[in-house]
Amino acid sequence: MADYPKDLKYTKDHEWARIEGNQVTVGITAFAQESLGDVVYVELPEVGTEIKAGQPFGVVESTKAVSELFAPLSGKVVERNDAVVDSPETVNNDPYTAGWMIRVEASNETELASLLDQTAYTQFVEEQGH
Amino acid sequence: MANSRRTPLYEAHKRHGGRLVEFAGWELPVQYAGVIEEHKAVREAAGLFDVSHMGEVWFLGEGALEACNELVTNDLARLADGQAMYAGLLNERGGFVDDVICYRFSPTKILVCVNASNADKDYAWMRDHAREGVTVKNESDDWAQLALQGPKAVAIAQKLTSHDLSAIKFFHFAEIELGGKAVIMARTGYTGEDGFEIFCQPGDAETLWEALLEAGKADGLQPAGLGARDSLRTEAKLALYGNDIDDDHTPLEAGLGWIVKWDKGDFMGRDALEEQKAEGVQRKLVGFTLTERGIPRHGYPILKDGERVGEVTSGTQSPTLGMPIGLAYVPTELAAEGSTFHVEIRGKPVAAKVVKTPFYKRQA
Repeated sequence: MADYPKDLKYTKDHEWARIEGNQVTVGITAFAQESLGDVVYVELPEVGTEIKAGQPFGVVESTKAVSELFAPLSGKVVERNDAVVDSPETVNNDPYTAGWMIRVEASNETELASLLDQTAYTQFVEEQGH
Repeated sequence: MANSRRTPLYEAHKRHGGRLVEFAGWELPVQYAGVIEEHKAVREAAGLFDVSHMGEVWFLGEGALEACNELVTNDLARLADGQAMYAGLLNERGGFVDDVICYRFSPTKILVCVNASNADKDYAWMRDHAREGVTVKNESDDWAQLALQGPKAVAIAQKLTSHDLSAIKFFHFAEIELGGKAVIMARTGYTGEDGFEIFCQPGDAETLWEALLEAGKADGLQPAGLGARDSLRTEAKLALYGNDIDDDHTPLEAGLGWIVKWDKGDFMGRDALEEQKAEGVQRKLVGFTLTERGIPRHGYPILKDGERVGEVTSGTQSPTLGMPIGLAYVPTELAAEGSTFHVEIRGKPVAAKVVKTPFYKRQA
């Protein structure tokens, strides 16, 4: 059973968001990295890029598949994790801490209210039949 | 996966934690522990693959060797009994109907191992084009196949048989008993490593699978899936039908001129190949690496000076070399080692250069 920390919010595209005021850190869930298999490539937007909730902001590739990353919120990228670009396996080893992807300054904080909490996300994953 | 077929090892895959996917109409494991771990196990120790989906077609009776030889590019007449060879099965235009391995039991008994996705097509092609008087028999449903691949493969399998496996040389085979079951033990494979492809009865497959895993446990043998099979074969530049070769590409374009034996007499596709050889080959399959970040994938365009000039046929991040590798058809003038072009990845041109293949070659 994959682990979904209680202090995070989640999307149905299997991203997580750690909300600290209007600064939001984004990554992919343990479920996502397990489904992908070995992550071998991560492509992230430049700092300063405006991203939009529900739209792709980057790409993760495993040995076999290419998957888009979807933004949990709209806003400006204020930081990106170059360590996962250099060592993509970090996403598999530590998806919630060292494996974070980008930090975003939220432009519309009301969007955050529509994200799933741990209970709802866990239920969503289970309903998907996994 | 509702309409997918299952191999006799389906339950074993589930038991060993295989993640099952649809492939060529079959339900097969893409990975167990992880693609990279399985890939490394095969390079450093050994891996065990279920390749029961592959097809088996026999040529039987007086004239079997000649009949089969007329349909393939390589020369069965050069082989001794007990020897195998890789060959192209071509159409009239010189394109691949499939790539195959022919196993010569005797001049009246030849086994052709074909790709799963092509088994029915290949059988129909061979049956319809084989000279009269020879039996062409599709036994694809009657055989299971395991592939034990890696430097420790011989030592592991040796624990299950009194037959001296080191006496079976590369691209040779023998009918032996393995773990008490009658098998065809062929020193062939699709990973670039030493090892065996083991043809057995479907009812014996699970017993052999478990016996091999048990025998190889201490040596680091792992069950391995389609993911590792693909990255291993790409590193070794072994062509995949449907990716690197197909009905529209010839062995000369695919860099497989060595499987065409011009002195063997007539064979299907020969005229077209002779014509292509005389005119000069216009495009070639080359190996390349990216010199910027990215991973090349099947179908990505090859660009030269902004113009689309070819297409990636296979690509991956090489687990052994730690860099992106790929195969692509490019115009002949771009095929030399060191040539540069771009691969278009999600709309962006990424720099690439042609390198020597195979990307990985085991130490002899």
